[in-house]
Amino acid sequence: REGGVLGLGREATPEEVAAWDIDVRPDGKGLPVGSGTVAEGEVLFADNCAVCHGDFGEGVGRWPVLAGGEDTLTDERPEKTIGSYWPYLSTVYDYVRRAMPYGNARSLSDDDVYALTAYLLYLNYIVEDEEFELSNENFLDHRLPNEENFIADDRAEEAHYARKGEPCMTDCKADPVTITMRARILDVTPGTVGD
Amino acid sequence: MSDKTTSPIPNLSRRSLLKAGLATGLTAGAVGSARAGGDPLITEIQEWNRYLGDGVQARPYGTPSEFEAHVVRRDVEWLTASTESSVNFTPLHELDGILTPNGLCFERHHGGIAEIDPAAHRLMINGLVDTPLVFTMEDLKRFPRENRIYFLECAANSGMEWRGSQLNGCQYTHGMVHCVMYTGVPLKLILEEAGIKTNAKWVMPEGADSSAMTRSIPMEKALDDCLVAFKMNGEALRPEQGYPLRLVVPGWEGNMWVKWLRRIEVGDQPWHQREETSKYTDLLENGKARRFTWVMDPKSVITSPSPQAPVPHGKGPLVISGIAWSGNGRISRVDVSLDGGRNWTTARLDGPSLPKAMHRFYLDIDWDGSDLLLQSRAMDEHGFYQPTKNELRAERGENSIYHNNGIQTWHVKADGTAENVEVS
Repeated sequence: REGGVLGLGREATPEEVAAWDIDVRPDGKGLPVGSGTVAEGEVLFADNCAVCHGDFGEGVGRWPVLAGGEDTLTDERPEKTIGSYWPYLSTVYDYVRRAMPYGNARSLSDDDVYALTAYLLYLNYIVEDEEFELSNENFLDHRLPNEENFIADDRAEEAHYARKGEPCMTDCKADPVTITMRARILDVTPGTVGD
Repeated sequence: MSDKTTSPIPNLSRRSLLKAGLATGLTAGAVGSARAGGDPLITEIQEWNRYLGDGVQARPYGTPSEFEAHVVRRDVEWLTASTESSVNFTPLHELDGILTPNGLCFERHHGGIAEIDPAAHRLMINGLVDTPLVFTMEDLKRFPRENRIYFLECAANSGMEWRGSQLNGCQYTHGMVHCVMYTGVPLKLILEEAGIKTNAKWVMPEGADSSAMTRSIPMEKALDDCLVAFKMNGEALRPEQGYPLRLVVPGWEGNMWVKWLRRIEVGDQPWHQREETSKYTDLLENGKARRFTWVMDPKSVITSPSPQAPVPHGKGPLVISGIAWSGNGRISRVDVSLDGGRNWTTARLDGPSLPKAMHRFYLDIDWDGSDLLLQSRAMDEHGFYQPTKNELRAERGENSIYHNNGIQTWHVKADGTAENVEVS
């Protein structure tokens, strides 16, 4: 075979690659042929998802909230959901197919995942028609609202990193240092000190 | 002193009676204090001084002394909805040096611990390669190997502290980090075996567990220092650390170190997977979010004294001990403050100084018993130094979740206890 330097390993068969390579990119690369409607997704969601995520994606207990939270990203307590935060619909399809339901991953068909993705669009008011059908054909027509709000890592430009050089060593604060907050007051640490 | 080895009553032996008596004697007197006639631990013959101990095969895989039973990973139950997608914490306050014992390395799983027979494990390379390949573990162990010591820090380490002091102990505030020696194959060699195409710009590792973890990594990093590792600290990876195979991504956030590694796809664009869109993106105060914040910035923490490691001995000589690390390279210096950051003294680095590895620092002081506001500040070889939490908040707000490398303060009181605090 070509490319081998040490001649280790063997060529992967197309069936093997197809079995494991199920990832989907924002440009649609990797989407399987298939489709599913909001109405179908609602039934699947009730049977497979709602026990943790709630009937409307609102989340049960501490399980993740999947819908809502629009315009909360600058709030003191933002609610980051598919609708309010996620940039790409491809991630919804990909992640549900690879890792959900939690504890029973890879149990959904490709059409099931299209239906659930359609239902999640519906729960997030991105589509409004219960008869809406999502498929590999129209998948790229639907974008998530927060796509434009992701930026590159620019930490190096933050003031504390940009200045580099020698830090202050003596008399670095004008006034005596005071304590402004104590963990013990919250008392949320497991066990006791020294246990 | 507990006596776990004492027999049930019907079988009480002379030896176990002696042990029980010794235990009572020890609790009655202050350990180590001089008495009339001297310390009985010296003047009386001790059990271990008289009787034979266990033979060589009593402990075919050794475990720590029973007196170290408190040195364990711990979790914080309220942090997550389920223990299978959760985290626990390395007991940093009890450790020294730079290497973390395998059984104490913190765990972070998204679908529990996959238990994989290495004979049933496969690694696939596919995508923009000349030949998609499948390797067995035996194949991988025929590649040339490297041994490298690196820290692995969860992107969310200290994340609970963005809004202020919350958890009381460096195990909880800083314990999503460990540092071990990995043995593995450079990812570059494995990619070259498949032959990467000229338009290949990214790789995506994928795990074999039920979360099928995936991350996009730029090809430059993949060809630089990433390892496909099968050993840690000389022995096979622990199941909770990805047995039989994991990716090592030196200096970069722990989420990318995909465990139970089963596939690496080569592509021309990032995949924008769940763990690099919904998670491991850093929300800023203006509602924008940084993505692909890969490097773990310079960071340090004093591990003793700390809330779980109070000063037991009163005034006089006191060892201030801590760890520092940077995803950019070596730590060049750590400064320690006793007064909440007004004045700083450069501490002593001790032990190996390796790039993208943990460093150990000490400052030996003569404690006069007054309150201390202990802080440490790491600098790396590129001149980046660790910011204060308030400096980070000024740039990012309080909702970034990840990448909190702000300076930690411990308030050490006259009685030797210590508390996690924030200072002005």
